[in-house]
Amino acid sequence: MSAAQWRKAMNSAATGSAGRLPSTETGRPAPAPAIPVEPDPYADSDAPRWLKFLWRHVSTRHVLTLLGLLVFPFVVSPFVTFQIGAQTLVLGLVALSLTLLAGYGGMVSLAQMTIAGIAGYTVAILGSSGTALSLGWHWSVVVVFALAIGTVASVVVGWLSVRTEGIYTIMITLAMGVAFYYLALQNYTVFNGFQGFQRVFPPTVLDIDWRQPLAFYFLSLAFAMAGYFFVKYLIRAPFGIALQGIRDNPRRMNALGYNVTAHRVAAYAVSGFIAAVAGVLLVWYNGLITPGSVGTSWLINILVIAVLGGMKHPIGPFLGALVFVLLQTFAVDVIDRERFNLVIGGAFLAIVLFSPDGLLGLWSHLSGRLRRARDVSSPVR
Amino acid sequence: MTMTAARRRQWLAWVLIGGPLAIFAIWGLVDNARLFLVTLLNGLTLGALYFIVASGFTLVFGLMRNVNLAHGSLYLVGGYIGFIVAERTGFWILAVAAGFAAAALAGLLLQVLVLRHMQGQDLRQTMVTIGLSVVVADLLIWIFTAQVHQMEAPSLLQGPIRGIPIINAYSAYRLALLGMGIGIGFGLWWLLNRTRVGMMIRAGVDDRAMLSAAGVNVNLVFAITFALGAGLAGLGGVIGAVELSMVPGEDTRLLLASLIVVIVGGMGSVTGAGIGAAILGLAETYGLAYAPTYSVVFTFLILILVLAFRPRGILGKAA
Repeated sequence: MSAAQWRKAMNSAATGSAGRLPSTETGRPAPAPAIPVEPDPYADSDAPRWLKFLWRHVSTRHVLTLLGLLVFPFVVSPFVTFQIGAQTLVLGLVALSLTLLAGYGGMVSLAQMTIAGIAGYTVAILGSSGTALSLGWHWSVVVVFALAIGTVASVVVGWLSVRTEGIYTIMITLAMGVAFYYLALQNYTVFNGFQGFQRVFPPTVLDIDWRQPLAFYFLSLAFAMAGYFFVKYLIRAPFGIALQGIRDNPRRMNALGYNVTAHRVAAYAVSGFIAAVAGVLLVWYNGLITPGSVGTSWLINILVIAVLGGMKHPIGPFLGALVFVLLQTFAVDVIDRERFNLVIGGAFLAIVLFSPDGLLGLWSHLSGRLRRARDVSSPVR
Repeated sequence: MTMTAARRRQWLAWVLIGGPLAIFAIWGLVDNARLFLVTLLNGLTLGALYFIVASGFTLVFGLMRNVNLAHGSLYLVGGYIGFIVAERTGFWILAVAAGFAAAALAGLLLQVLVLRHMQGQDLRQTMVTIGLSVVVADLLIWIFTAQVHQMEAPSLLQGPIRGIPIINAYSAYRLALLGMGIGIGFGLWWLLNRTRVGMMIRAGVDDRAMLSAAGVNVNLVFAITFALGAGLAGLGGVIGAVELSMVPGEDTRLLLASLIVVIVGGMGSVTGAGIGAAILGLAETYGLAYAPTYSVVFTFLILILVLAFRPRGILGKAA
């Protein structure tokens, strides 16, 4: 494949919202001279580059979604803003880290909630909480430590599990996640055992109390969007392309000179960082962290959210989180509160049985069918 | 030349792992011989229970490359069914049979109705069984509530056996558990090595495609193996319901134990499951007896050590 063809393939893939990338059979593309691959209608205009980029990549639905997200907290009650809006964004961010690993790296790790939990515990232990064990450091230092420790923990998980593949990865990460759960449950000197840490609240910065629903919603929105665009950028960057190549054929990528293990561990590091950011937000959202926050049910819930939404696009985990949170909130009205697991388990089961690509797969299936129907009917008229 | 180097490395590994263990054993015996020996027996009996449950798990995986993450649910289902039967009839042995049969039937249905339609899609099968385990766990809470259920040991095995040197008295049921684990181990060995079905299962573990090319009804072999593996989980559920209690959450605990046992012992190897179960059982009970806060860390440490030196487990072969 020549450099020009490669660029063309990249561009066409970039305009489609979903879909796999063509596996790059060339090595790293040589720094090609800027050959215009296709006639660019905006190439001659004087507009700055970023404006042209926006013009080409932003469509109506993107604008509508963004507007909806911005207006949403002002039209609903604070309860909905916090309980549904913020929770969806935060859980979606945790699941996004799994989507990056599993959807683009082919490594299904069940320890993502553990990473988030480790970051959350760091916030609780180093920062201030209702427990005497907390050290009460300044929030900025605490957050830096939480992100660093979460990332390092993810690298450790990755380093231990990248030698395994497929189901082995699931089992080993599950084992590690549950081991951390038991550690947090049984250790009272650091993790405060079963009680965990209560009253872990976000700090008041810039005279804004970030615990207020509206403020916290926009805080989560900012980080969720940052994570979304970061992942969207990363999967088009050389690293992301190599990662997807490794997902599709590790042996070939190895033969091409890519260090498969290093790429995988790096993917764990990046996803661990995202999960750690989400973990900090999550502990602030809940206001507490207990071993239950990193228990098996939550490890699996993250997988449920990611699979429910679909792993073929970074918007999937947020969709899945929305469905999950809506089910969680409104299952009370439909069916007994205690039976929530039945509802979410049933929904998960239905999705994996009938639509392996999740809601996104369902959507592309439906829209594909509609388009085909239109294409068939148009020449007849 | 390379031979000696390999042998030296092996020696080093033995000394590095065995040395501290031997020192610990001598210290434990000198310090408090009774505690040490009771813990040894406790560990072995817990290992026997783990072996019964994990051998089914490893059997299913070895043949079908199918990770059944609903294995813990089958354990709990078997336990509850056994509990009901024992309450109604009063016969412990009937309860064991019922637990085995119920779990075997559930496993058979799972294989025939669901997993057979997604043969070869490992990840999807894993996710389906995860979903099933969530649903089953919640259904069991719905039916049996979250209260602790405890089964009584059969009258023959109630109470302790007295008069053992040093230990004095030890629970008869726990000793019987050890016997059952060894019995089931030998039963499995006999089934796998001395019967026609066992021959087919072993052939299937080595090469599924060739087995079916040889004219064997592979689907039937799969179904039998799955039923057997699930049944062993149910059997373990009934046996374990006396020693451990039945509460929601036990399913994940036993699933995790099975996972660690097969990761340590090697996937698909019944002997490996035996070794892994003994190691895990001993590590857990010694951890609980000598360093209660960090008992889980020992389990984790073993996992890391095994993964570092033998990524496919002690007796594992390449998939």
